[in-house]
Order: sequence, then C-alpha cells, then structure tokens
Amino acid sequence: MVAQEIDLELPEGLRYALIGPNGAGKTTLINLMTGMLAPDAGRIFLGGQDITALRPDARVKRGLARTFQINTLFPHLTALESVALAVLEREGHAHHWWRSLARFAPQMDEAFSILKSLNLQAQGDRLTRELAYGQQRLLEIALALATRPRVLLLDEPAAGVPKDESAALFAAIAGLSGHLSVLFIEHDMDVVFRFASRILVMVGGRILVEGTPEEIARDERVREVYLGKARHAPA
Amino acid sequence: MANVNVKPLEAVFWLCTLLPFVLAPNYLSLASQIAITALFALSLDLILGYAGIVSLGHAAFFGTGAYAAGLLAKHYWTEPLSGLLIAALSAGLTGYAMSHIVVRFRHLALIMLTLGLGLLVHEAANSASALTGGADGLQGFRVPSVLGFGFDLYGRTAYAYALVVLFLCFLISRRIIHSPFGLALRGIRENATRMPAIGAPSRAHLRKVYTIAALMAGIAGALLTHTTSTVSLEVLSFGRSADVLVILILGGAGRLYGGIIGAIVYMVARDQFSGINPQYWYFWIGLLLVAVVLFLPNGILGGLSRFSRRRT
Repeated sequence: MVAQEIDLELPEGLRYALIGPNGAGKTTLINLMTGMLAPDAGRIFLGGQDITALRPDARVKRGLARTFQINTLFPHLTALESVALAVLEREGHAHHWWRSLARFAPQMDEAFSILKSLNLQAQGDRLTRELAYGQQRLLEIALALATRPRVLLLDEPAAGVPKDESAALFAAIAGLSGHLSVLFIEHDMDVVFRFASRILVMVGGRILVEGTPEEIARDERVREVYLGKARHAPA
Repeated sequence: MANVNVKPLEAVFWLCTLLPFVLAPNYLSLASQIAITALFALSLDLILGYAGIVSLGHAAFFGTGAYAAGLLAKHYWTEPLSGLLIAALSAGLTGYAMSHIVVRFRHLALIMLTLGLGLLVHEAANSASALTGGADGLQGFRVPSVLGFGFDLYGRTAYAYALVVLFLCFLISRRIIHSPFGLALRGIRENATRMPAIGAPSRAHLRKVYTIAALMAGIAGALLTHTTSTVSLEVLSFGRSADVLVILILGGAGRLYGGIIGAIVYMVARDQFSGINPQYWYFWIGLLLVAVVLFLPNGILGGLSRFSRRRT
C-alpha cells in the first residue's frame, strides 16, 4: 500500500490514534517513519532534525521506536534478556565482548523496572516463547520503551488480545511518560476514543482528516468512509 | 541469565582431555587432529550457533591460517607462537574483508555466497602455485619446537600444544558469549529483523563476530601446519568446510561444547570406520549422521540436555 501527500506532526506528549480501513496504508506509514521502507519523496524530521536518510537502528538511537502488529520478538531469550539487550544497545554497551553480562547490573536493573512497569516482573526469567500472547504484546512495548523513545509508534498493540486485557494494555500505554509522543494504530473504536487525545484517519494512502475525538466523531466524511453511518460518541 | 561460572562437569571434561597422554599414547596424533578440528568447529559455532550465519566456506579461513603459518615457517622463521599470531591476523583480515559482503545476506543466498567465496580462495591458492605449491602443497619446512618442547614422533608435544591453544580459544569464546556482545549475537540469531528496531547495528555485530571466527579458524589452520610441517591444498577444500559443518551439527550448534564433542565423535568414528573398511567408510559416517538427525535433531548435546531435563 502506498502512502502519499502526508503532512503529519506529532507534538510532545500527545496520544495519537491512527485509524482507517484495512489497506489504508497505516503500517506503511509507520514503516516509512521508522526507515523500514524508503520514501520515494518527502522528508521525515525528528525533533527538528532530518532523519530521512538514517538507517532504522540510527533512528531508534535518536528516539523513534516502534512495535509490530505481529509479535516480532526473540523466542529463545528470556523476557529480561530481551529488554536488557535493548537497554545495552541504547547505552552503547552491546559491543563489549570481554566484560561479563553480570558486570552490567544497572542495565539489568533498568530492564527489570521496565518489565515491572508493564506488570511483567514475574515473567523476567521465562523464555519469550513461553509467555502468554498478551504478555508477549506487553514485551513488544517493553522493548520499545527500553530504547527510551521520544516518539513511540505502536502498530495495533492489542491485536489478538482479548477485549478485557486490551483495556489493561492501553491503560499501561496511557500511563507512559508525559514527554513521550505516542501514535497507535487501533481498530477498536472504544479504545481509540478512550485513549487518544487526537485521531488521524487514513484512507487510500492519504490522511483524510485529523482532529480531536469529538471532531472525528462529528465528521461526516469519517462516518461515511470509515465508521459507516453509525453514530459514535467519544467515551 | 547466562552463567559465566565454571561448572564441575566442565572441569571434569577438560581433565578428561588429558587422558590420551596416559590411556592412548599411540593415538596422540589423532588426538591433536581432533583438538585442531574442535577449534575449527568452535570458530564456526560462534557464527553459526550464536549469530545464525550458515557457512559452507569456512575452510577459507582455516586454509588462510594454514598457508600463512606455512609460508612464514618456510621463508622466514619457524617460531610457532608468532606464527599463530600472524596466521590469525591473516585469516582475520580475510574474514573482515569478506564480512562486508556476507552480512548482507541470509538463508540460501548466504550458503551460496560462502560456498562461492570458499571456492574462490581454494582456486586462488591452486593457481598461485609458485607461492603455495599448488596441488603439491607447501613442503620443505619443519617447525622443530614450541617454547623449547620439541615436536616428537609420538605427538605428545603436538597434542599438548593443540590442546592448550584450544582451551585458551575456548575460554575466549566462552567470555564472548556471556558478554553483552554475545547477547546481541543471540538476539540476531533469534530475530535479525527485530534488532534494528531496538537500535542494534546488526551488521556491525555480525562483521565483528565473523572476523573473530575467521581469526580463530586461522589459528586452527596454523596449528595443523605447525604439528604436521606441511600444508596441502585440502586445507581450503569444500570437503573441509562441509566436514566442520557436519561436526558442529553432530555435536550441537550454539552450545560451545558442541563442536568439541562433534569433533571427538566424528574423528574417532572416521578413524575406526576407515580402519574396518578403508574404501567404504563414508557409508558408516553417513549412517551415523542420518541417525543423529533422526533421533537427536539438536545434536548430541541437544539430545543430552533434553534427556537431563526429562529426568529432573
């Protein structure tokens, strides 16, 4: 799917929801922003700096992190090892080949507290592949948080998670630092209207409209194209 | 979390490697061949078992080290420790140069690429016969001793030399895999596409481990040169690359001891089978491999670890 004529700003601290029908180009937009896809035209800035030519890992180092729609984890690493790896990479310690991991206690402690912030502290020593699906979704977010992002892009963070668990997952997202800009793709409108401070609607690779949940709920075009004729009041 | 402490079983294992001096003094040259092959397999384990780089051309580095040590001994000096160092550097440089291409590919393309690079180095050595001796190999030199211990006919010094170098390289490998860099390598093996999304420069990590593995393979090659005082073109052959891959899979990749156990089983089996039937011994090796793949898909150590988990 293509994404074109997109002019988007993510100010600090806002929670953006990116919605749109399947094939609207939502994931493509995240892939373009994170460097997993190269744009044919256009520029991407992070904190005023042009990052269009940077590799994905260099963008992460500058503070742009993402999660994936389908769990993309490290099956045979424990949850703690996975998050510790992200912390060690962020701090530039992952190239140390002579010092034992045991010497990196502060990084391990930080990894543990990230797991704790997402209620995963009891799962730290379990292999990722042995975690329940919902826990794996949380671990996706933990990995992104370990990079200390300024902008966090969540691609359907609650995909496949039962409805009652997804509320807890989004509560965890809502509780993230106020300095963090979050953009999340989500299909559950209840969740979108509950947690987003602004909503972007994408259709056919373009941004159709952007506004507050109230504005989006009132917008005729959105109702026609995406929500159908059903009324939707923000929670 | 990875445990860096030496376990009692490991101490017992390394003590057992001294047994050939007492129990099988007539087999010390086989024992030194095993130690050299184990080191070669250990170097492959670093890239295959820990970083997921499948290689069918790893002999390129073994052979580079072997030839570097041989050329040095033939034309300059025969002191072996400096020879090891120079051989390691030669193989490491070759590995570093190749790593820039190798780390760009995965899966089938990677297998073909490493195979191709291995064949290129083999044929380059074959055609540069003025330097390498071509198909006749490099001869006419003799490494008399190491640290004052003369290489004897029974192979005592050769085995002690190979064993000490294997042990030191093992300690280094162990240190590497229990370090943050080792964790990053396991991350790449587990999910290479996820690594950039946590800010990891995967290719830089892979270039580094490929260079370290090449360096270690070069040391193994140099050991062979020093203990046999000859270098044949076979050190660069596809057969050697394939054998070491088989040895590692047989022992269990990604377990550090897999290459060593694989080398012991494979080389002893080869020695025994070729004794029974010099013409068709590969048949039995083939049978052994099929049996291992069918019953122990994660190699001998993988099977043992599954067995011990069941018991506990």
